[in-house]
Amino acid sequence: MKNLFLIAYLDIRESLRSKWFYVYAVVFGGLMGLFFITGVSDSVVMGFTGLSRMMLIFIQVTIIILPIFILITTVKSISGDRESNVLEYMLSFPVSLRDYYWGKMLGRFITVFTPVFFALLLGVVFGLVHGGDMPWRMIGLYSLLLVSMSFVFLGIAFWLSTIVKSSDIALGGAFVIWITLLAFIDIALMGLMLQNRLDDNVIVTLAMLNPIEVFRIGAITLFDPELTVIGPVAYYLLDTLGSVWLMVYSVVYPVIVGVLFAFLGYTAFRRKDLL
Amino acid sequence: MALVQIENATKSFMGTRVLDEVSITMDAGDRIAMMGPNGAGKTTLVRAMLGFYRIESGSIRVGGFDPMKQRVKVLENVSFIPQTPPPVRLSLDELLRFVERSSGTEREAIIAEAARMDLDVQGHLRKPFFKLSGGMKQKLLIAIALSKKSDLLVFDEPTANLDPKGREQFYQLLTEIDSQTATLFITHRLDEIEALVNREITMDLGKVVNDARL
Repeated sequence: MKNLFLIAYLDIRESLRSKWFYVYAVVFGGLMGLFFITGVSDSVVMGFTGLSRMMLIFIQVTIIILPIFILITTVKSISGDRESNVLEYMLSFPVSLRDYYWGKMLGRFITVFTPVFFALLLGVVFGLVHGGDMPWRMIGLYSLLLVSMSFVFLGIAFWLSTIVKSSDIALGGAFVIWITLLAFIDIALMGLMLQNRLDDNVIVTLAMLNPIEVFRIGAITLFDPELTVIGPVAYYLLDTLGSVWLMVYSVVYPVIVGVLFAFLGYTAFRRKDLL
Repeated sequence: MALVQIENATKSFMGTRVLDEVSITMDAGDRIAMMGPNGAGKTTLVRAMLGFYRIESGSIRVGGFDPMKQRVKVLENVSFIPQTPPPVRLSLDELLRFVERSSGTEREAIIAEAARMDLDVQGHLRKPFFKLSGGMKQKLLIAIALSKKSDLLVFDEPTANLDPKGREQFYQLLTEIDSQTATLFITHRLDEIEALVNREITMDLGKVVNDARL
């Protein structure tokens, strides 16, 4: 354990020196600022206004941007170091593979989560200045959803980064995963439903296995506990799980998937050739 | 007990055998020049010794430890300089902190060793390692390797980026290494290090084809 925090610290320092981190931070912070400047918080959509309205649009943006940002910035973490021989040098010191792998993951988690969380805090500060009602419960739960979504994609990215030798292939794989999961939020599922080839239960299950969809439903629950915006499927979900367990599932399930992928990556890292 | 004991080590990449039943023993005080054409298996062998590659059959012990199962124990007593300095994005300060904390090497010792090769580390502490010139990077890696008190020093073409003066300084430093420390040079230029070695190993097509005391 003695080097785990050292590796995490060094990974954070390295990320803070990278251009991608600033682009990432500016995108999320800038978007939040843009929402206020453009008056999103003053608009009313489906009864939502103020900070709730702004968070609704922030969630929509997060669904699209956060996974791909985490995937493309993290997927090169180990594969890139391997390709450039940085891994060879750093691991020629007496550092255990456990400390190196989990230290890298811890560092990267802090790096990818912090800008999104700060963007959210920025929204809270804007909201406080604006003088509107502060939906604290919603902000707390949304932060948890952000943690779990960041974690699942971090786990997937680390797994991918470990099993492939080339960072180009890792990057390609990351895009395929992102597009597939994004397609299975709506488009692909609706296609399957229209074709009537699969049982509806299977389609709902597929949707609920997709971490992006799970995040989306969890986030919608914050604003619309009856899930009226997602149509008849809401009755199935709420009847099966109930709103509290649906929220628990939305937070816990992505973390479990993230841990699973992270462990698969760690196993490959330990058992395969390192270079 | 031998410092390094390699017995019938075999390794293949995509069906090509890059190590073919290699057996080598290295003892304390051995100064070895390992030579051979590109693809002979020299770097693969070193990487297997450092726990980067898993061999398919045979065994490797460094300091009595298995590099795959007890890599930390192995690496506590090994210093390594790669052929090309890697583009580490850490600043010199961070890199030195990593070396200090992971291997217990003292920063002052590294700075002093670097100064003997005319490299001013203090003046560049905030600079990212990859932004140093090729020669400066190599000098720092040499300083780190020599400061880390190890039983085995592994140099993979260590002078490739050094100018003639840098090489001279490096060879001078090598003459001061403890007589019980073993060194393994992977090189194509025996003439340069001939005075520093007492054994020559030549590899070709994954096999040891010559192992002679000088």
